[in-house]
Amino acid sequence: MKKSLEELNAIRDKIKGQVEVRRESSDSADKKYQVLVCGGTGCTSSGSAKIIEKLNEEIEKNGISDKVDVIKTGCFGLCALGPIMIVYPEGAFYSMVKEEEIPEIVREHLVNGHVDTKYLYKETVTNEGIKSLNETNFYKKQHRVALRNCGVINPENIDEYIGTDGYQALAKVITEMKPEDVIQTILDSGLRGRGGGGFPTGMKWKLARNIVPNADQKYVCCNADEGDPGAFMDRSVLEGDPHVVLEAMAIAGYAIGANQGYIYVRAEYPIAIHRLEIAIGQAREYGILGKGIFGTDFDFDIELRLGAGAFVCGEETALMTSIEGNRGEPRPRPPFPAEKGLYGKPTILNNVETYANVPRIILNGAEWFSAMGTEKSKGTKVFALGGKINNTGLVEVPMGTTLREVVEEIGGGIPHGKKFKAAQTGGPSGGCIPAEHFDIPIDYDNLIAIGSMMGSGGLIVMDEDNCMVDIAKFFLEFTVDESCGKCTPCRVGTKRLLEILDKITRGQGTLEDIDKMEELCYYIKANSLCGLGQTAPNPVLSTLKFFRDEYVAHVVDKRCPAGVCKKLLSFEIDPDKCKGCTACARVCPAGAIEGSVKTPHVINKDKCLKCGACIEKCKFGAISKK
Amino acid sequence: MGSTISSIPFAGTPEQEKKLRAVIDSHKNEKGCLMPILQQAQEIYGYLPIEVQKIIAAETGYPLEKIYGVVTFYAQFALNPKGQYKISVCLGTACYVKGSGDIYNKLIEKLGIDGGGCTPDGKFSLEACRCIGACGLAPVLTVNDDVYGRLTVDDIDDILAKYN
Repeated sequence: MKKSLEELNAIRDKIKGQVEVRRESSDSADKKYQVLVCGGTGCTSSGSAKIIEKLNEEIEKNGISDKVDVIKTGCFGLCALGPIMIVYPEGAFYSMVKEEEIPEIVREHLVNGHVDTKYLYKETVTNEGIKSLNETNFYKKQHRVALRNCGVINPENIDEYIGTDGYQALAKVITEMKPEDVIQTILDSGLRGRGGGGFPTGMKWKLARNIVPNADQKYVCCNADEGDPGAFMDRSVLEGDPHVVLEAMAIAGYAIGANQGYIYVRAEYPIAIHRLEIAIGQAREYGILGKGIFGTDFDFDIELRLGAGAFVCGEETALMTSIEGNRGEPRPRPPFPAEKGLYGKPTILNNVETYANVPRIILNGAEWFSAMGTEKSKGTKVFALGGKINNTGLVEVPMGTTLREVVEEIGGGIPHGKKFKAAQTGGPSGGCIPAEHFDIPIDYDNLIAIGSMMGSGGLIVMDEDNCMVDIAKFFLEFTVDESCGKCTPCRVGTKRLLEILDKITRGQGTLEDIDKMEELCYYIKANSLCGLGQTAPNPVLSTLKFFRDEYVAHVVDKRCPAGVCKKLLSFEIDPDKCKGCTACARVCPAGAIEGSVKTPHVINKDKCLKCGACIEKCKFGAISKK
Repeated sequence: MGSTISSIPFAGTPEQEKKLRAVIDSHKNEKGCLMPILQQAQEIYGYLPIEVQKIIAAETGYPLEKIYGVVTFYAQFALNPKGQYKISVCLGTACYVKGSGDIYNKLIEKLGIDGGGCTPDGKFSLEACRCIGACGLAPVLTVNDDVYGRLTVDDIDDILAKYN
């Protein structure tokens, strides 16, 4: 059932109205109710599939099936409040929805027309009525470009994508533009790789087009491996708007002269894989992928390749060799993939989020994109907020937004009244941003200047109860595990680095160890074969730079200031608070607590295992760990 | 990471072998066929014992040592069978910062097995995984396809009880 351009436009014109209603609150006169339920991994895990089932059941029961559409969408971003359900046209944001609330919500809202305010996101309920969610603290500073369709369309229905001007950019490119012009547009926009490298996308495409101009085969690859723990931006795009990636890859294929694309998805994303399979199938059915797209002589098709749990396969040459069926070990460059990549042919590899920006740039123009952001970092960036922050989830902000704005205003601050200590960006390749840089405008170069890096967009917030030495050790444990083993500086170097960090957290480190560690870091960075090794020392160097005093406390005072490193903890009973009830002594597995009834008890430090059972047992808060 | 060959005897059935050969046949003439073949073989058998690797080597022409090299490289390929209930604790950054390390250690203690191992009755296997992307629910663990989020150490007993 191939579609011509005219038929594509007809679908768009038919569906556009109903889809665009879902972007903003409006009054309900004559409009059909549209109930959007998040079907991303987070909300699905919290039971959103059952909620959709219950909704359909109740709607049928109440006989209003012709007045209501229930749509499963991708991620809305405010994952902390899932499962999320938004009803348009009012834009009523129901949060943490439970299955048992559905019968009432259907009755009150969909049958009787009264929004059920007690189940709404508190911030949207005001005395003047319901606030649009675009005005809430979480959303008002966001500018959703890459995420524009996530939470708006049903990702398993290609017509809804077409309804948002989907595939119009591809049509424009292959019928009205020359490949060189496409490349120039991307160059002029200033789009830089969103996977962490920040390499100018237009430049990458230009090299792939020109270095080997008469290659018999070229490839377009998409890096959907998203290995950084704590990063789920790409997952949400793939689950919520898979067609945007397909469209962008086809545009890239036209630009560089490729007719085949591969999306390398990590196997840990089953929902994303499923949505991509559906999307590719639907695109092929409409003739948007395959031979002779839109009646031109441009052919392009896409296949999926699954990862198998190796972080290093997010590195471009490792990814390509993994597709070829080998151990995912990187290789030296040059030659770069633009010259010799997959199966030895010129190849471009771009990140999911990078691709998600491309169709809009083509439709709205390079200037529209470069008007956002900072001088050298144009456009927006999606961040995955996690850790000690109230509003965990996905946010997309213009480059140049400060860390303070992201953490305090959008993120809702630190829970339980704790103090902000650091934000980790860039995952295991990145560094931390301490409180003294809270007002830093976030962009590629500013973060590198303070010894961190943007990375893929994972932003983990830490508070006063996190130990930065322990965090550095955590990242090194990850890198040691994931090192492919090919080059000695990384294979052996990171292991030795981890051993020193372990020594320090066990209270056996010396000041010399800190110096040795720093030297080792620079050596590993300078000599490793690929980005994994070259950036593995970053968490150590960054925490040493901003939290050296914590390392010194571990080494000189044998103390962990944050109270995390178990071997350095000292459990103590406050004699003023202790009532001598003996509850702690009875629960202590090591028999380390001494004292008779009604007299203050004492912990024998030599026997104490630091298990914490006594703290949990004490009703008087008399026991603390230092 | 699976790097020790299983000592549990191979119990593959003729149906499984038929399925395996069909998978190999449909892919073997494609470029880069090894990864998809291994992934589908693992779906059939639950893991990739040396016996299965030998069949793949014979049918595709790839040397056994190359196949073994690929299987031992990727964390998802298992050389040991999994338990009936596979417990996977996310140790990604967002979950770790919220205490998933303690949950993992508690499970090791309660089940009496190491990470990557399986209880002797074949019921529970335990592994750590890196980031399944549900960071808004940190800390997270999965038991087969069930996801449990916003956990504390005290929730473990209740979760294990569901599968007994």
